[in-house]
Amino acid sequence: MSTVMTDRNANTAIAEQPHPKYKMRTENINVYYGKTHAVQDLTLAFPERSVTALIGPSGCGKTTYLRCLNRMHDMTQDARVEGRVLLDNANLYDKRIDPIYHRRKVGMVFQKPNPFPTMSIYDNVVAGVKLNGVRDRKILDEIVEDCLKMAYLWDEVRDILKRPALELSGGQQQRLCIARALAIQPEVLLMDEPASALDPIATQKIEETIEELKKDYCIIIVTHNMQQAVRCSDYTGFMYLGRLVEHGKTKQVFEKPCDKLTAKYVQGQFG
Amino acid sequence: MSYTERQQKRAEIRAMFKSNVRRRLLVDKVVVGTVVVCALAAIIPLIWILGTAVYSGLPALNWEFLTGEPGAVGAGQISIGPAIQGTVIIIALTSVIGLPIGIMGGIYLAEYGGSSYFARQIRFFLDVFMQVPSIVLGIFAFLAIVLTLGYYTVWAGAIALSFIMFPIVARSTEEALRMVPWTYREAGAALGLSKMVITLRIVLSQAKKGILTGVLLSVSRVGGETAPLIMTILGSNIFFSGFESSTDALPLRIWRLSLQPYDEARIAGWGAALTLVIIIFAIHVGVRYFFLRDKSGKGLRGTLKV
Repeated sequence: MSTVMTDRNANTAIAEQPHPKYKMRTENINVYYGKTHAVQDLTLAFPERSVTALIGPSGCGKTTYLRCLNRMHDMTQDARVEGRVLLDNANLYDKRIDPIYHRRKVGMVFQKPNPFPTMSIYDNVVAGVKLNGVRDRKILDEIVEDCLKMAYLWDEVRDILKRPALELSGGQQQRLCIARALAIQPEVLLMDEPASALDPIATQKIEETIEELKKDYCIIIVTHNMQQAVRCSDYTGFMYLGRLVEHGKTKQVFEKPCDKLTAKYVQGQFG
Repeated sequence: MSYTERQQKRAEIRAMFKSNVRRRLLVDKVVVGTVVVCALAAIIPLIWILGTAVYSGLPALNWEFLTGEPGAVGAGQISIGPAIQGTVIIIALTSVIGLPIGIMGGIYLAEYGGSSYFARQIRFFLDVFMQVPSIVLGIFAFLAIVLTLGYYTVWAGAIALSFIMFPIVARSTEEALRMVPWTYREAGAALGLSKMVITLRIVLSQAKKGILTGVLLSVSRVGGETAPLIMTILGSNIFFSGFESSTDALPLRIWRLSLQPYDEARIAGWGAALTLVIIIFAIHVGVRYFFLRDKSGKGLRGTLKV
């Protein structure tokens, strides 16, 4: 792995060529909620154009870790994050960089669908683009169609784009949120149990979406569903009690896990 | 615990449920009954007051009454034109001062202040301000503005009333913004939006209804205040004649009319009271219609209830 950059160069990312393979890396991430040490010393790298699944029992810190990757913890006062997150070798936690700058490159889909209730379907998709200053109607129209197609929602909503987003079903809303995340043209997509509240058909649609998006994006997905991890990820990280226990190719983690704990978990013996 | 023991235990617990049900149903009925009676009790005075105002005030209402200047008592028609005009002016001016401070203060408290020392102090002072008797605010405006300037002015009244308005608006705006689930702020942040954009374009639109309720509440409150106006705009028998002279307002006129021992003044007083109610009601309905109507065309999204 290439040498760790000095913070002085973090903002420019020209000083050193980005690692050819890894889009995003984290180094020694520690997260504390008060005295609780929720994520411990987590170092992990995410290759370009791949899907990495994070699995582990409830409360193991998956979501907490995922939220470090776009500095979502800045939104709440209760969490303290230490360590570095490198996106193309630029440190997200550089004090001089406004998190907004990075969040535009790192899209996020939340566990529960959360389309903006006062906006139409159309406005939801382009919310990030429009409120970031893009006003050209033609470009917005294109983005809406593209992103809804990528999220496998276009055919269902093409005639009702002006209707309120809340009229959609839960599964449709979640795909709308994926479209909304894609609209800002991110380079990395974080998904926090995107299918946990959905029925098998909607889940399948979302997994198809992930499969399709993999061609362009680095996707990191937190999931409780191990079959889902097997189906749609290339790499899998198994977390337990705030630590990364095992990380490797999904096939290897599930078929020949190196760690006993991982073996037990993927075989469904606890969790 | 063996299987039979567990079965027995379950049966016992179920038995407890059964003996309880009838009592619970009864309690349920009693509670519902009490609640309904209390709701009615709360509504009766309102209907009574409104009914009396309509019954006693309606005979006074006619075009001359609403648009003319009040003449001398006994000289025939008493009119409240200047009072209506003055009330509209004073509500407008008070809103111009009070609403921006109130709404922006509420945004600060909900989105930026959090539980910081500064924010907590502001909250405390706003709560205290809401309890200050309005006559005190009137005396303050009288001393600080009227005496300094040397003349009664509608600005002094508006400033005194804005002290009543902005604490109500600030606290209700804060509450309304807090009701908006955190997840939408996170969704906005994940799209790379700045905090200001998230607050103004995403959160505020969801809190619109709650903020409007606070605004309308404060407008009603301000529209009906008499005490601060006595010392700041004094009252007047002529139409608005500039910012450097006294002005009339409906609550003042009602108060003055009610002090007079003549029947026609009493009737005119009721007429003025009814007019004030109608103006406040019109503002409520108008503002709600304007801000809460369904953008797609027909119908109201919010309810019209006050």
